[in-house]
Amino acid sequence: MTVAGSRDELALVDLLDRLLAGGVVLTGDVTISLAGVDLVQISLRALISSVSTLVEP
Amino acid sequence: MSDEVLYLYAVTDSNIEDAEVIEMRAIDGAPVQVIAEAPVAAVVSAVDAERFSESALRRGMEDLYWLEGIARAHNAVVSDLARQRPVAPVRLATMFANIENVRTLLRVRAEDFVAALDRIRGRCEWALKGFSVGTEPQPPTTGLPEALGPGRSYLQRRRAERDSRDRRSQEAVTEAEAVHDRLVQLTLASRRYPPQDRRLSGQRDEMVLNSAYLLPEGFDTEIRRVVNEYDGVRLRLELTGPWAPYSFATLESDQ
Repeated sequence: MTVAGSRDELALVDLLDRLLAGGVVLTGDVTISLAGVDLVQISLRALISSVSTLVEP
Repeated sequence: MSDEVLYLYAVTDSNIEDAEVIEMRAIDGAPVQVIAEAPVAAVVSAVDAERFSESALRRGMEDLYWLEGIARAHNAVVSDLARQRPVAPVRLATMFANIENVRTLLRVRAEDFVAALDRIRGRCEWALKGFSVGTEPQPPTTGLPEALGPGRSYLQRRRAERDSRDRRSQEAVTEAEAVHDRLVQLTLASRRYPPQDRRLSGQRDEMVLNSAYLLPEGFDTEIRRVVNEYDGVRLRLELTGPWAPYSFATLESDQ
């Protein structure tokens, strides 16, 4: 079992699970006006394209 | 000076004091500000209106480095707060034009915020990821293992390898469901996330469980024990926490 707790060790993907799919959803004066699921998809696409250029899957 | 808008990180009880946030640094190194409207308060920072316009945000979401900077700064503020007091983290990239609009939000949604804070008071979130061990795609085997003999074709060998991988994966899924069921019994609430793509997780093994659990602060001994019990040769488990209650401090209307 691996236990990670410190902020520095947090993987970006762990953060994005929570920041893009969790948290209180509010209508601000400016928000990313996409459904939550789309938001995750878009950023994951960005991640995949960035990561793919570095590591062969 | 360029125009600024207020980026909202979290909502908390209105007894928060400025001294609690004075050391914190927000997005772009800006100071953290508190806007109180009893019984709740918003934790915000000023950000550049141009860089945080809707079109800039759309572009930013496609830019890993931009996204990572915002995500880490956002989480730093939220997790620093969560160590001290109950917080309802807000979804990434929620901005308001001015203080009065934030005050209006706090007034209008006061009951919802209080209910969300009450749900997570004295509680924290732990995250669990499960990986099916030995499910990485294998390169073709070179040389023939003796047991197979020269009569067995390459395709048969490949099929046998794949079947064995599928079987291992299925066993890991079954164990992952079992550990999740145990944790659901032990914890106050749970939430499942979709498993992450291998390229995102950075793991060779296939993710078969991605979940979050809400439990009282300091009560993680029992879940660590259960996770340890299921962590093994088929299923590898990664437990992280404590997290601010991102998955559980939701408003009723979000459900």
